[in-house]
Amino acid sequence: MQDTLTPISAANWDAEGQLEVLTFDLASETFAVEAMLVREILDLLPETIVPGASPLVRSVVNFRGKIIPIADLRLAFDMPAAENTIDSRIIVIEIDIDGEPTQIGIRTDKVHEVATLNRTDAEKPPVVGMRWRRDFVHELVRQPGGIVVLPDLPAIFHHKSPESAAAYSAAAN
Amino acid sequence: MSGQDPIAAFRVEAGELLGDIEQALLDLSHDLTSRDLVDSVFRGLHTLKGSGAMFGFDALAGFTHHCETAFDRVRKGQVPATEELVAVILSAMDHMQALVDGDGSGLEATGDEILGRLHQAIGAADASVDAAPATAASAAHPASAPAAQGWRIAFRLPTDCMTTGTNPLMLLDELRSLGDARITAQTDQIPSLDELDASQCHLGWQVELRGDVSRADIEDVFIFVMDDMTLEIEPMECAAPEAETPAAAEIVPEGEPAAIAPVTAEASTGDTPRNAKANPAKVQESVRVPAERLDVLMDRVGELVIVQSRLAQLSHQGVRGPAGELALRSVAEDIERLASELRDTMMVLRMVPVASLFGRFRRLVHDLARETGKTIELSTQGESTEVDKTVIERLADPMVHLIRNACDHGLELPEERVAAGKPEAGHVTLSAHQAGGEVLITIRDDGRGINRERVRAKAEAQGLIEPGAQISDSELLQMIFHPGFSTAAQVTNLSGRGVGMDVVKRTIESLRGTIDITSNPGEGSTVVLRIPLTLAIIEGLLVRVGEGRYVIPLAVVEECIELSLEEDMRSRGRSFITLRDRLVPFIRLREMFATGTRPDPHQKIVVITTGGERVGLVVDQIIGSHQTVIKSMSPLHRDVATFAGATILGDGSVALILDAVQLVAFGQEQEERLRAAG
Repeated sequence: MQDTLTPISAANWDAEGQLEVLTFDLASETFAVEAMLVREILDLLPETIVPGASPLVRSVVNFRGKIIPIADLRLAFDMPAAENTIDSRIIVIEIDIDGEPTQIGIRTDKVHEVATLNRTDAEKPPVVGMRWRRDFVHELVRQPGGIVVLPDLPAIFHHKSPESAAAYSAAAN
Repeated sequence: MSGQDPIAAFRVEAGELLGDIEQALLDLSHDLTSRDLVDSVFRGLHTLKGSGAMFGFDALAGFTHHCETAFDRVRKGQVPATEELVAVILSAMDHMQALVDGDGSGLEATGDEILGRLHQAIGAADASVDAAPATAASAAHPASAPAAQGWRIAFRLPTDCMTTGTNPLMLLDELRSLGDARITAQTDQIPSLDELDASQCHLGWQVELRGDVSRADIEDVFIFVMDDMTLEIEPMECAAPEAETPAAAEIVPEGEPAAIAPVTAEASTGDTPRNAKANPAKVQESVRVPAERLDVLMDRVGELVIVQSRLAQLSHQGVRGPAGELALRSVAEDIERLASELRDTMMVLRMVPVASLFGRFRRLVHDLARETGKTIELSTQGESTEVDKTVIERLADPMVHLIRNACDHGLELPEERVAAGKPEAGHVTLSAHQAGGEVLITIRDDGRGINRERVRAKAEAQGLIEPGAQISDSELLQMIFHPGFSTAAQVTNLSGRGVGMDVVKRTIESLRGTIDITSNPGEGSTVVLRIPLTLAIIEGLLVRVGEGRYVIPLAVVEECIELSLEEDMRSRGRSFITLRDRLVPFIRLREMFATGTRPDPHQKIVVITTGGERVGLVVDQIIGSHQTVIKSMSPLHRDVATFAGATILGDGSVALILDAVQLVAFGQEQEERLRAAG
């Protein structure tokens, strides 16, 4: 799986080794998505749960007449669930899934700013000392305020969670 | 539309023209003596040549000219129409299509080769009649040898000709360019001044044309208007204009259905830019819509504009008092009515008869018959059944595949058929009919049927089933839809590569349709495609389960009943209710969806049915019927089979649409499991 994903997931550092990102908070960690992928930042919308869907994308919303899934990255990073706050926002990104440009809303605790990261500060995730799945983290970038996590979004969304389907049919019986 | 590129318009028109010619040719191959068909092929070729030259497709015009010439000889009875000739012209049609699509470069070799065969075909036919001296190419229009003195032409255009863009002056100019012309206008039919409609053409013309001109040249001037006009052309040596001239060509108006108004712009006959090097652009999609349907749409839009201005006025004034509220409610009702009417009209606009789809297969079957050496008769039924345009387009490829299979694998060779006591000619039937919200398209052949032993052997060899495993007949037949599955012992040019049936199944499923196969050994096979009428909007039943709202397609809903308390209590152990002496399994959607809320005291059961199987869905509340605009789910949710899509409710929130087929299958599975358990 990893081989096929590498080309899409590679972050597009430009010639000067810089990358424009949008940073946001998720359970006291700072994450970043490439600014190129971001379509819109929304206030929370009424969500519709999709029974039987993977917990990562368990609901959908109406985004300008299109039905888009809402992803909770906490689940990918084993973070505890949390209530929405006044700062909670949805970042709508567009990435390719199975060759189809797909819009996905990412639920965040707080959206910060558009920042420029330097490649010289970036490192591949270490082999030890991280409780997250290593293939879900693309790079870690050292910043003055701490570490910014660049998640590997295609890897996260391609990863099917088999337990959800099993749980589904079990619940149905 | 008026800004449409004329070249693109020509490509569309030429495509249709080629289609018509092809149909006529195929008819002709069944009835080689029909003069009407010969004429209609000739007319089509002639029009194609004319408009091709006009739009700068010189290679096409030149090539078509040769075919036209050949057919002219058939028309004049100099050579008989033969199978061979029809086949050559059919392959010439493909070449013409290529010329229409491209700029004609690099295709000369193919063209010359086809012309060579054409000459042969004509020559062969020639020899069979008489030793006619001339070769096909030079024998053009022998009957229209130039009359030395000239021609006397009388013509009268239909009175509404100017509204369709015909300019009589240009026709006259064109006649003048042929030779020395003396034109007299005939004013006898002009009405009195108070009845005169300035936009109509009441004039007729008499032209005395002197010079070395052939009859065909004169007819060429009128090719675009010929169908509706009256035209008399007589050689000049006849002194009296009313002399009996059997050759006088009064062109009878063709029975063209006038109600069909092409939505594509009329190609203007005037000064078209002659850019022969136009890019082989993709032909823009267009739909032909009966004019009356457009009128209905226009009426609705007009009403909508009026209601909208009423609404604007109301919002300016503000809604005050009961009178204001009443006014607002009436506007809301009007908009609701108009929206639903607009929707219905719009859906109808997108519907096209399956005849356009079935028509394409006649050529396919004709070619297949030639290639396989079988005699194949194709018959079609229910061509007027209408299906959404996008559905028609996406059905074409799967159907090509299924028909190929029927002709190649299904039908036997003539001698085998005779040996089996069947008529020599194999029969393939295409039929379409509408049933509820679905269109059923059936492809039936009377061939040998599907060989179960071979399917089983193949499935076992590929590890799809355990050797000797007990599986039902329909399951066995479904095996042929597995990727890479082909039972053809020998791979032919037509089919048997094992790519295809899985693609067929996928395409049908992507249309939210299903595919059924039945097959009786020795009697043939039947494939039924069930396709929903439209992909965009359905009638749905809105229900609530827990806090979520869901839409059940109304087409599958059989009835709604209450789940009584005692039934509810009793059915803790088993999930069945008795409905008119039949056990119906039911699924508690609350449990299936794990809502985690308390059930409503009075739960309802929505009984749905697909393909004769029934299943009940227990819901908390039935909200009502709902016009459902289907939106597709994101690829991240494709694995959730229970939902066919989603829709947006009046308050902007999302409701999921239940997939009836999946739910029923799930219910049946559950039933079987329960039966097995006890």
